[in-house]
Amino acid sequence: MISLKEVRHIAALARLNITKKEEEKFKKDLSAILDYIEKLKKVDISETKETSHPISVNNVTRRDEFSKFGKKLIDDHLKVRSILR
Amino acid sequence: MILTELTISQAHQGLKKKEFSAVELCRAHFDNIKNQNKEIFAFLAVTEDYALDEAKKTDDLIAAAKDFSTLAGIPVAIKDIILVEGMKCTAASKILENYIAPYDATVVKKLKKQGAVILGKTNLDEFAMGSSTENSAFGPTHNPHDLSRVPGGTSGGSAAAVAANMAVYALGSDTGGSVRQPASFCGVVGLKPTYGAVSRYGLIAHASSFDQIGPLTKTVEDAKIVFEAIKGKDKMDSTSVESQFSINNSQFSIKDLRIGVPKEYFVKGIDLEVEKIVRSAIKKYEKAGAKIVEVSLPHAEYALPAYYIISASEASANLARYDGIKYGFSKQEKSLLDVYLKSRGEGFGPEVRRRIMLGTYALSSGYYEAYYKRAQKVRTKVIEDFNNAFKEVDMIFTPTSPVLPFKIGEKIDNPLAMYLVDVYTVSINLAGLPALSVPCGQVGKLPVGLQIIGQPFKENQIFEAAAFLEL
Repeated sequence: MISLKEVRHIAALARLNITKKEEEKFKKDLSAILDYIEKLKKVDISETKETSHPISVNNVTRRDEFSKFGKKLIDDHLKVRSILR
Repeated sequence: MILTELTISQAHQGLKKKEFSAVELCRAHFDNIKNQNKEIFAFLAVTEDYALDEAKKTDDLIAAAKDFSTLAGIPVAIKDIILVEGMKCTAASKILENYIAPYDATVVKKLKKQGAVILGKTNLDEFAMGSSTENSAFGPTHNPHDLSRVPGGTSGGSAAAVAANMAVYALGSDTGGSVRQPASFCGVVGLKPTYGAVSRYGLIAHASSFDQIGPLTKTVEDAKIVFEAIKGKDKMDSTSVESQFSINNSQFSIKDLRIGVPKEYFVKGIDLEVEKIVRSAIKKYEKAGAKIVEVSLPHAEYALPAYYIISASEASANLARYDGIKYGFSKQEKSLLDVYLKSRGEGFGPEVRRRIMLGTYALSSGYYEAYYKRAQKVRTKVIEDFNNAFKEVDMIFTPTSPVLPFKIGEKIDNPLAMYLVDVYTVSINLAGLPALSVPCGQVGKLPVGLQIIGQPFKENQIFEAAAFLEL
């Protein structure tokens, strides 16, 4: 069971604005899902290592280049919303 | 001859023999789209002028008596989470409603190089999260076999487009069953390749350690043709690898096949009609001389909860980039924090927000060990189960879905019930294995799929085995 306080805390961490009505719905849905996930506690994992990827992967880096991603360029600058006022 | 009923190889032969032109083939599909898309809603966008131009290029090649590839001039539909340069790519989300793809996904680049004719972009569950295509911000897709039912998901638009002859084949993506389950529900063939076999560059990320692009086709032969065209290592995706098993095994024979049937997959929760049809399909292999072995995957029931923790965690990180600044939908607010909160709060639909919340919770301080790390360890257990089973058998056969296509609206208010639909498909993504769904029968007019799970990079073996069922 997850509390309304926790729902609000997670929403803030995830940068999601949710309404009062939605808080209740998230509480109910997430509680049901987390109850189901409790199942995992039955598995003996004391000797088991984590798997993060099904194949072994190595880091590959590229040059740090600029891509315009469909945004307009103005004098070689990318226009985004202002963040400082 | 009805042009829209042709498979890839039949259409290729027809073009070769000049029985029809690529432009005619393309037009026939647009006629079908115009007649049916309103009801089925498989396509979110169509690109008729572009497609006809591309078709014309193949016709010019044929007229000049030049060689042309198997996929040249063949109409294809692309799931709207795979980038096609210059076309909108929405991921069926309001937050990307007006996002225009600045480059081609590697798979699209490869298809274009072969002369593929892209008809348009298909519907999906928002950001490929769901099991029914009902989570699209633009409305649900309907199952062509029964319009009151779901086509499965998340590649429901792609599966429905192929099933309703609105495209010869389609591309989808599979994170926890999103190619195979809609293939099963719509009565088409769907392949989830081995993790790493196909480049993910240009696929909008949902859960990066699970996502794979795969074909949805009318036949197993077609699935093989498309897979051969899109696979291979790509320098733009460091997790892609070159398959070591690309050579065809000409020695293949059903008689030598050892087929594993996991006992944990035929338990409470499976529709009895589905079980009957899948068991009788397996019987056909036995009659042809294959050895059927009951195997055990003891951690099968833990795959689903582990999957939902890990995939939601990865999704919560992947979707952090949609901040109302860099992409599309943006709310004008006084403070930067409010831009984030409101853009994300209104731009994402209910299921996407639920998964972001679940993932954020699982990764948050105090819960990381109990949820995320534990799920990753259970993932190891699930992989070990498969490794043990593959010591005894070559392939594993299961139903693709425990249930028949359900009614639109039936599960949408109960997220957990929706998650349970993926119970037979997610373990394959946890282990990164290849698996294919092939139609094996019907209940009334509703299709049932058999899931064939293979060993890493042995897609060819899966194709050989699946083709037997089509005989």
